[in-house]
Amino acid sequence: MADPTKPEPIEKARQRPEPGFTGHEWDGIKEYDNPLPRWWLWIFYATVVWALGYWILYPAWPMLTQATQGALGYSTRAEAAAEIVAHRERFAPLESRLMDLELAAVSDEPELLRFATAGGAAVFRNHCSQCHGAGAQGAPGGYPSLLDDAWLWGGTVDAIHETIAHGVRYDPDPLTRWSQMPAFGEILPEDEIEGLVEYVLAMSGQPHDESLAAAHAEVYEIQCAACHGLDGEGNQDLGAPSLVDGIWQYGGDRDTIRHTIVYSRYGQMPAFGERLRDVDVRKVAIYVHGLGGGQ
Amino acid sequence: MSILSGHKKIETNAFLLLVLSFFVVTVGGIVQIVPLFYLDNVIEEVEGMRPYSPLELAGRQIYIREGCYVCHSQMIRPMRDEHERYGHYSLAAESMYDHPFQWGSKRTGPDLARVGGRYSDDWHIQHFRAPKELVPESIMPAYPWFETTPLNYDLIEQLLIAHRRAGVPYTDEMIRSARDDLILQWNPDSGDVDAFLERYPNAQVRNFTESTEVTELDAMLAYLQMLGTLVDFSTYEPDPTR
Repeated sequence: MADPTKPEPIEKARQRPEPGFTGHEWDGIKEYDNPLPRWWLWIFYATVVWALGYWILYPAWPMLTQATQGALGYSTRAEAAAEIVAHRERFAPLESRLMDLELAAVSDEPELLRFATAGGAAVFRNHCSQCHGAGAQGAPGGYPSLLDDAWLWGGTVDAIHETIAHGVRYDPDPLTRWSQMPAFGEILPEDEIEGLVEYVLAMSGQPHDESLAAAHAEVYEIQCAACHGLDGEGNQDLGAPSLVDGIWQYGGDRDTIRHTIVYSRYGQMPAFGERLRDVDVRKVAIYVHGLGGGQ
Repeated sequence: MSILSGHKKIETNAFLLLVLSFFVVTVGGIVQIVPLFYLDNVIEEVEGMRPYSPLELAGRQIYIREGCYVCHSQMIRPMRDEHERYGHYSLAAESMYDHPFQWGSKRTGPDLARVGGRYSDDWHIQHFRAPKELVPESIMPAYPWFETTPLNYDLIEQLLIAHRRAGVPYTDEMIRSARDDLILQWNPDSGDVDAFLERYPNAQVRNFTESTEVTELDAMLAYLQMLGTLVDFSTYEPDPTR
């Protein structure tokens, strides 16, 4: 092979036959009739043959009411549907076992637990992570962490399943978890709210005004203790968070606590029972239960 | 050589070359495009589709204005992984009232074809204010002005008329009541909700952001919360020839 960076030797160029002349000449520029490169020509013929085969095998030519359907009967929609069915069937034995078994008993079956946890993790990343975080770490503004052992509505696998299936304060679902804290700004005078703020700060072990806090223990007992408990331990039947565990959904500083008392909070979560398959709700319940805080 | 010499006439006559080139391109265009207008199996009609309500349409204008389509597609492809993540694949009929369509061509963010009802209004409000606070991994920019900017709907009737000219079947009544309908969807107490829902079935009627006047965010939420919710896929039968 000659070095392509060097010009062709003059002797060799002289040996080449003179190319034909097409008869086209403009302003002294002649168009030669050189043959097309072989490799190019053969690829061109191959694409023509390929196209003929494609017309026969795949949907191609428009006719009167529909295009020719092709000998293979190929359809992207049918292919996707078949793939979905094949995937479902592949995992059907494990999924039906997961549906039959009590959720609490799944942890006794290592293979099923592994399957449910992996499947639940996929569902979680798709449907839950936008609010609760990709690592279930929660987000400020009312999206609780699922990694700690503080649970608003209960941390057993059945309680978690119930919350996921029916949501929280989700009106379209009659079985949804529901409770509502009053906006005390409309109920209590301002000085009592200030006192309550100090009392809650005191309960949670933060710097506070001792005399104000002590003076408002009774207000707390009357207004707040029914849900949050006498010692502020919370109540999972009512979704009332603990006020003493140092975990805050909206923030535990003085201003945020005051805002919460005055305006209340109304965190919502959709009912995933209506948008996911039952078995996927069970998977994600097991996944969340296994994140570390499950009881 | 007779063909070649005939070709010389074309090559040396610019006008003839132009006319004949145009003819060839036209044939190609007709063969590719015209069948799409008459073939039964590419014209899919599904139940539930309706023109956008005025508030949704205003939200859609903001979606286009901010270039949301640059990062978000609205086109779920028929593949198992997309089905698992986003839901049923998109049907052509689901964009039948989109002028221009918002299929997009690249997913920097997730597909939004079925985002309706997936998140609460509160989530959207916080997310537009500061996406990274909710989703630390997100690279979506913040749009804090949506909730502080009153929606400009001075030209809402003209917007509907423009869409009618593009083929959307807005009736005279819809265009006449466009302004009232826009307010009504945001404030159900301002008029006859049943008549509105007759015009725009399955529209979501509420004050989306608890605002005191219609904001751009209200329009965005009206649009986003209805995306992909109109067709009931529990009754949809796909045509096997498509």
